Amino acid sequence: MSNSDTSIGIGARKISPLPSYINKIFHVLFALLLTFIGLMAVTFVIGRVLPTDPAMAIVGNRASEEVYQAMRLQLGLDKPILVQFWLFFTSAIQGDFGQSIMTSRPVVEDIKRFFPATLELATLATLIGVVVGIPFGVLAAVHKGKLIDHFVRVFGLIGYSVPIFWLGMVSLLVFYAWLDLLPGPGRYDFYFEGVVEPVTGVILFDSAMAGEWDMFYNALGHIVLPASMLAFYSLAYISRMTRSFMLDQLNQEYVLTARVKGLPERIVIWSHAFRNVLVQLITVIGLSYANLLEGSVLTETVFAWPGIGLYITNSLFNADMNAVIGGTVVIGVCFVGINMISDILYRLVDPRAR
Amino acid sequence: MALLDTNNAKTGGLRNWLLSDSPTNAFQARAQRFYISWLSFRVNPIAMMGLFIVGSLVVVAILAPWLTGGEGIEQNLTNRLKAPDKEHWFGTDELGRDIYDRIIWGSRVTLYIVFLVSIIVMPIGLLIGTIAGYMGGWVDTILMRITDIFLAFPRLILALAFVSALGPGLENAIIAIAVTTWSPYARLARAEALTVRNSEYILAAEIQGASTLRIVVAHVVPMCLPSIIVRLTLDMAGIILTAAGLGFLGLGAQPPLPEWGVMIATGRDFLLDQWWISTIPGFAILLASMGFNLLGDGLRDVLDPRSGDDG
Repeated sequence: MSNSDTSIGIGARKISPLPSYINKIFHVLFALLLTFIGLMAVTFVIGRVLPTDPAMAIVGNRASEEVYQAMRLQLGLDKPILVQFWLFFTSAIQGDFGQSIMTSRPVVEDIKRFFPATLELATLATLIGVVVGIPFGVLAAVHKGKLIDHFVRVFGLIGYSVPIFWLGMVSLLVFYAWLDLLPGPGRYDFYFEGVVEPVTGVILFDSAMAGEWDMFYNALGHIVLPASMLAFYSLAYISRMTRSFMLDQLNQEYVLTARVKGLPERIVIWSHAFRNVLVQLITVIGLSYANLLEGSVLTETVFAWPGIGLYITNSLFNADMNAVIGGTVVIGVCFVGINMISDILYRLVDPRAR
Repeated sequence: MALLDTNNAKTGGLRNWLLSDSPTNAFQARAQRFYISWLSFRVNPIAMMGLFIVGSLVVVAILAPWLTGGEGIEQNLTNRLKAPDKEHWFGTDELGRDIYDRIIWGSRVTLYIVFLVSIIVMPIGLLIGTIAGYMGGWVDTILMRITDIFLAFPRLILALAFVSALGPGLENAIIAIAVTTWSPYARLARAEALTVRNSEYILAAEIQGASTLRIVVAHVVPMCLPSIIVRLTLDMAGIILTAAGLGFLGLGAQPPLPEWGVMIATGRDFLLDQWWISTIPGFAILLASMGFNLLGDGLRDVLDPRSGDDG
């Protein structure tokens, strides 16, 4: 959505030997590069310009004078601001975000450890959103004005309006504390700690590969609640957009033609109208996936889910600026990247967008 | 439109004045436009429900001193963690503060956030968007590149990082939210500005020698306002949720300020036995953002029927 019109620029009007859609993809890539530089610039401002003493913000106020001075030198705080940005930019590109005070390890190592948990959660949540949201959206459009339609609209309205962190707490209270149906916070029960050697870091995958099915089911039980909470927003968003795209298609003349020809309604809906909707949905799904990656921050806090969101918030309270900046850049890069990929995919799949 | 039937002799002077088909001055014309929009707004149940919720929120915030027994920050340790009863409708929290009082006073904090974010975001978005749209050329390219960059950012994470650099606090949270939300308004204003840029009334103003600034502010901006306001109303829910989220994490409003997100966070430690401390503020947030969502949907249907989802 947001990126669909970035390609309307100067270059698109030039006569080029390349097919126009390749030209447009170059355009998207150029916009991507600019966005990355912008992202770096903004995080640089946040991490190095806004704090009154950036070196202090990184080493903390308990550090010795030598450590503090060394950090000042390393950041180049005596140099002009553009040189400082260049230093920040080049080390960030190489994945060097400095040390974390909280864990005393390189920030990039921490991120490698925490990121798979977030990826696991956000991916599952998006899957739920897609698998449940799309059929509901289609049904609502087909039965417009009927009970199912009202249900989808009210559900969507709540999904857009509810504070997810609060819903997470309430669901823990109900399903874990009161009804005892689902396990509590965390990724798995503590006695599974160390059972499986992390290969990908995605517990469901690792435990299944190792044949540790007890652990797999335990982890699955743990992820159900946070993933459904996180999925709520994308479910609302995807079903609403599906409904609205579907209504557009059902009003087209080709649908009327198909019906007049006597095709079964099932085929009219799913093979004719829905196929056109699917293409539009690529961007919607991409956008909601990217949103979930960042939206997981609050959900992770509530469910003590050891992902990057929890890492960032914990770092925030320990005044661990390097970790905050590192986490922000990584999520930002994923966010921008996913949006761009869905934009490019859309152009490749839909001939009209070329 | 049957609503425009002016021949009804029984209606009063005001209604005739509002519906007369030859307005005599600019004020009357403007009042008529509002009235006609209101007539189609009034028959939209979703919009009216939203208006009712948001209106109640405003009324509650204004009447807070008369609706409560205190300012929601008075501690009474002998009364701590009381379950809801006749005296304390929503119970009391860990410091014996009445939760009903705090919810009522919290509506002021929420409206304060929403108001401040709007008056920061609207002018920035409008100005950047209309200047880009009206001027075109390289000004447009540069301004829109910057807007696109901000549009592509993850909002919540950036707001978090901003607050962590500026230090926790309500005002800093508001600044952080504003910095991360202005970009869609610039895009929207630009799109609207593009549609009016070549109209004859703009040309007329140019021929009369009006300056660029005057044309943008007096002739382009007013045309962009309706869609900006609709978008802002729809975004209010998101703003409320982000502010509550920041408060929940301890980065927004600070205790003892009765902010709903903060209240949810403090009740977390007592969730198992005193569920009401966290649960009730959550309903308040849900209701407030639902009100703005409904109002926004309704406004969009009324002011811009094309973009409605046929519902």
